[in-house]
Amino acid sequence: MRLSDAPKGAQAVVQNVTDAHPADPIAQRLRDLGFVAGEPVRLVARGPLGGDPLLIQIGSTRFALRKTEAARVEVTVEGAA
Amino acid sequence: MSTATMRIALVGNPNCGKTALFNQLTGGRQKVANYAGVTVERKEGRFTAPSGRTLHILDLPGAYSFDATSPDEAITRDVCQGRYPGEAAPDLIVCVADATNLRLHLRFVLEVRRLGRPVVLALNMMDAARRRGLVIDTAALSRRLGVPVVETIAVQRGGAKALIERIDAVVPQVQPSAIDSANVEQLHAEVRAILADTVTTSRDTVAIDDAIDRWALHPVFGLGILAVLMFLIFQAVFSWAQPVMDAIEGGIAALGAWVTGFLPQDSALHSLLNDGVFAGLGAVLVFLPQILILFLFILILEESGYLPRAAFLLDRMMFKVGLTGRAFIPLLSSFACAIPGIMATRSINDPRDRLTTILVAPLMTCSARLPVYTLLIAAFIPNRAVGLFNLQGIVLFVLYFAGIFSALGVAFVMKRFRKDRSEHALIMELPSYRLPNVRDVALGLWERALIFLKRVGGIITALTVLLWFLSSFPGPPDGATQPAIDYSLAGMLGRGLQYIFAPIGFNWQICIALVPGLAAREVAVAALGTVYAMSGSDDTVASQLGPVIAHSWSLATALSLLAWYVFAPQCMSTLAVIRRETNSWRNVAIAAGYLFGLAYLASFATYQIARALS
Repeated sequence: MRLSDAPKGAQAVVQNVTDAHPADPIAQRLRDLGFVAGEPVRLVARGPLGGDPLLIQIGSTRFALRKTEAARVEVTVEGAA
Repeated sequence: MSTATMRIALVGNPNCGKTALFNQLTGGRQKVANYAGVTVERKEGRFTAPSGRTLHILDLPGAYSFDATSPDEAITRDVCQGRYPGEAAPDLIVCVADATNLRLHLRFVLEVRRLGRPVVLALNMMDAARRRGLVIDTAALSRRLGVPVVETIAVQRGGAKALIERIDAVVPQVQPSAIDSANVEQLHAEVRAILADTVTTSRDTVAIDDAIDRWALHPVFGLGILAVLMFLIFQAVFSWAQPVMDAIEGGIAALGAWVTGFLPQDSALHSLLNDGVFAGLGAVLVFLPQILILFLFILILEESGYLPRAAFLLDRMMFKVGLTGRAFIPLLSSFACAIPGIMATRSINDPRDRLTTILVAPLMTCSARLPVYTLLIAAFIPNRAVGLFNLQGIVLFVLYFAGIFSALGVAFVMKRFRKDRSEHALIMELPSYRLPNVRDVALGLWERALIFLKRVGGIITALTVLLWFLSSFPGPPDGATQPAIDYSLAGMLGRGLQYIFAPIGFNWQICIALVPGLAAREVAVAALGTVYAMSGSDDTVASQLGPVIAHSWSLATALSLLAWYVFAPQCMSTLAVIRRETNSWRNVAIAAGYLFGLAYLASFATYQIARALS
């Protein structure tokens, strides 16, 4: 599942970050910030308009990611198929 | 390594406290706040170590990675790699990491270590880490990283003691290690392994942050809280300042009367002091309390960590019009002054977003407009209650929003003209909340007051005195019936300009004031003070400017001038900083052109409509 589709409050684990196009700087920055395989993440909140951006907790850090950014992160949600 | 002057660079992730440490070490007063991207340029300071050595300290913008994605990160990368023009690589890198955020910050520490230069790791915010129940084995961490590790509390007196002792001693070279050529996944794996061995923690987040964010980021309440907060600020600027302003007005009038009392009534010096200095400067000086109240709120918001939350709430809306949530903080700073606001855009990664933000920043109502607005509002808008609110406060609120909405509109139009439509990035860190430090806020206000007083004492005095000369000479011919200013150079200039400005309702006195007002907006108020003092038959002093214009201008003219000031780029420094930050005269021409164009159109519409209705 993509992180952008995860339910609010869900605990998830990063599988990988995919480049939206070759040498995608946004995907590279996400990896630099710790979005790498095996890292637990949580969707804390959604923005007020259209549910965008998303507030993502990774470790003890919180990042605001737009949906298009979070869509690059493939996750598995605990307790979900 | 030379022992005489060692050059030390402070690097680390954004918002880890580098600048607070820099201030501790150098006794400096660089701006600190609780959000990522406060420091956007390289700052230098000097510090004499206990051993007597002089250390040069460089404060660098925060960076998540040397793979830079914004102009401020590129500065840090270039300095650390010794590629910054005219500057050798630093002799020692002090890598600063937020101890409560090691999972993220250690990765950059590993990246810095790869440079193979001497490194000391400063674990900052150790007080917050202890409160959260984090236990860090610094000896083990130092062994694992192969670099010395010290604990610091940058916001506490003496909190950098361990760091000072460490950098004063000889620092060993870094031993290159096996992981130094690793890819990003391996670096993260290394961080996890190091943390597992050296840090014990009870939980990841702070309960209070979760609790506040549940409300502050709530889709409905969050926006409500933001709106109430903004409205409260404008109400406070008006209602809290009044008693102090009255006191200042009274004080200046008394001082003016006392000083000029020693001079002969008809002398030029009497006129210069009374009409030039006291009428001109006094008119501006009374606005100090309002400016300080505005800054009090801005400083508290900056320190608390709320600003990135507001950016989060507004990102979607700002994105729709062609901006980014990241633009919120530079634009909010522009309410204080567009110059730091425009500089703060360096933390916006996307060059298109950055240019749009720079071009609309002058539309945010800076504190220099406050004297103009409040002078006109106090003179023309009745001071009465409308429901819970004060009518004058509401008008001020409307003026601020006129600026904001036109900024959104302009950004939207610029978005239409853009050819490059590739994706824009947000990726913004939300810091932990923090109680504003009373001392920092007080220092910030003091600095602001000094800046304002220096402006009044410097450029505003100079221009006011110049204007007094222009309004006094040449003197009136014998048997003149009009006040002297009518025959002076300034009078001629004002009447000449009136051909352009008559359709928007400006009289020749306003036209005169607009010219020195190009240097800085408040100067226009000082200039009006002088012009009216010169035209008055009696001894008009500062405190009387409001009643004088209320008596001699129509409401349509006042509203038109207010509309003019929402848009007009009456500030040379702003245009200069746009030139510097975008490195292009073309952008300066675009900014000045569209702002003057909008100002004229808005004033024209306001004047003609107000006249038709009255």
